Amino acid sequence: MDLIIESLAIVGGTALDVLPIAAFLFVFQWLVIGGRMPDRNRILAGFVLVVVGLGCFLVGLEEALFPLGRMMAEQLTDPALIGGVGAAIGEIGHIRWSDYYWVYAFAFSIGFSTALAEPAVLAVALKARDVSGGAIHPWGLRVAVALGVAVGVTLGCFRIVTGTPLPYYIMAGYAVVIVQTWFAPRLIVPLAYDSGGVTTSTVTVPLVAALGLGLAESVPGRSPLLDGFGLVAFAALFPIMSVLGYAQLSQWLGARRAAGGDGPDPPAIASEEE
Amino acid sequence: MFDVLRALGRDLRDSLRDLTPIVVVIAVFELLVLRQPAARLAPLAGGVVLVVIGLTLFIYGLKLALFPVGENLAHALARKGSVFWLIAFAFALGFGTTVAEPALIAVAAEAGKIAAAAGIIEASPESQSRYAGGLRITVALAVGVALVLGVMRIIAGWSLPAMIIGGYGLVMAMTIIAPADIVGIAYDSGGVTTSTVTVPLVAALGVGLASSLQGRNPMLDGFGLIAFASLTPILFVMGYGMVINWT
Repeated sequence: MDLIIESLAIVGGTALDVLPIAAFLFVFQWLVIGGRMPDRNRILAGFVLVVVGLGCFLVGLEEALFPLGRMMAEQLTDPALIGGVGAAIGEIGHIRWSDYYWVYAFAFSIGFSTALAEPAVLAVALKARDVSGGAIHPWGLRVAVALGVAVGVTLGCFRIVTGTPLPYYIMAGYAVVIVQTWFAPRLIVPLAYDSGGVTTSTVTVPLVAALGLGLAESVPGRSPLLDGFGLVAFAALFPIMSVLGYAQLSQWLGARRAAGGDGPDPPAIASEEE
Repeated sequence: MFDVLRALGRDLRDSLRDLTPIVVVIAVFELLVLRQPAARLAPLAGGVVLVVIGLTLFIYGLKLALFPVGENLAHALARKGSVFWLIAFAFALGFGTTVAEPALIAVAAEAGKIAAAAGIIEASPESQSRYAGGLRITVALAVGVALVLGVMRIIAGWSLPAMIIGGYGLVMAMTIIAPADIVGIAYDSGGVTTSTVTVPLVAALGVGLASSLQGRNPMLDGFGLIAFASLTPILFVMGYGMVINWT
């Protein structure tokens, strides 16, 4: 019963969230194109579904995805799990970053599997194939993006565990992207930049955010405010590197094949993605 | 009626596909690594079902209402060629879609709770929702500005890498002066902004615009809008943190 009342309240709130975009579209339709809105009933029904759907989604998020992310972070950092023998003899005080291997394994699996299943990544991969005239294989690119997200989330967890400053990692990542941009095939660059934004879906982002916050709460000496955020940023940055790297690798392999095995120097950048 | 059910079924399958890897990975870890009884996960099942239903209805509604109108408008405006209307539309589109972005609503609310727990803001529900709302408006403004920049770039043919690298430089500079407690949220907001609602409409705008301008390659010039939309929120949210700190 509480859930129903709560849902109604949230649906009311989401109506306000959807209002601006609805208003903008109607005003522009009226001002610029003029005339009536085609299919008014259909559009009205669509907006009702958007509001109800968004409300249900947000309730579900609060009830399931956030608690799941936190619960996983808590359980995977439990001294009883990671300490093993050490915990039994009371040596919990000295947990090194490498003792959190289950956290890294979980982060890697979540990043890899969600990015591989993400439809937006498939769309980007198909476009990349068209842009490159078939040199870039869609499956290879998808795996490259998924590896990028997986390594990104894992490295992000490592950062939270060690408490090292987030800007250092992001700056280093930007520097790598800038260098890669220099060498990458020109047509792939806008696509690669876009791929950073699209790899993280609506379902993945809250879960990954909750994982980071839960981790910062569970690891001794970390503050959720200073250390808990940043996982989503890692997940958005690393696919840019892996797409640029993969495109370059494909181009280089293609060129080498065309030149009978006597291609240009192997690009050092392509191997830097991991 | 049958068509509606079939389309709904397709969206349901897509939402399930989004969620399946998460459920599988978590189940494997719970059962094999943590060896938790499956019963402990039962209370969460209701929430997962709500996520799937909510996402399905949301996407279906978007396809019914928002996407046809938005794409239609984007193409009509691009053909019309009035720079003023294009820019106004780009801003409104970025702002409006970002305010309705589910992942941003969720993460902003979480950021409000964390900020209250850490004593940055007052620990009352009102001040938390004010903080979260401010964050969302800031990000929405940023995405609006990003699309304006992106549209101007497509019209004028500026170089995307140069603008992105310049943006990165600005991020680095602002990181140094911004309060440390906002930096993580700011970096995250770049990845959060662009998902379900924003990406399809923005892509339609970019590709429509590039294909109706002479001498533009839709592949080369049409993309890159999302890249701006992931970059400007970082700058704007750091600015928001600085303003919050001063007042």
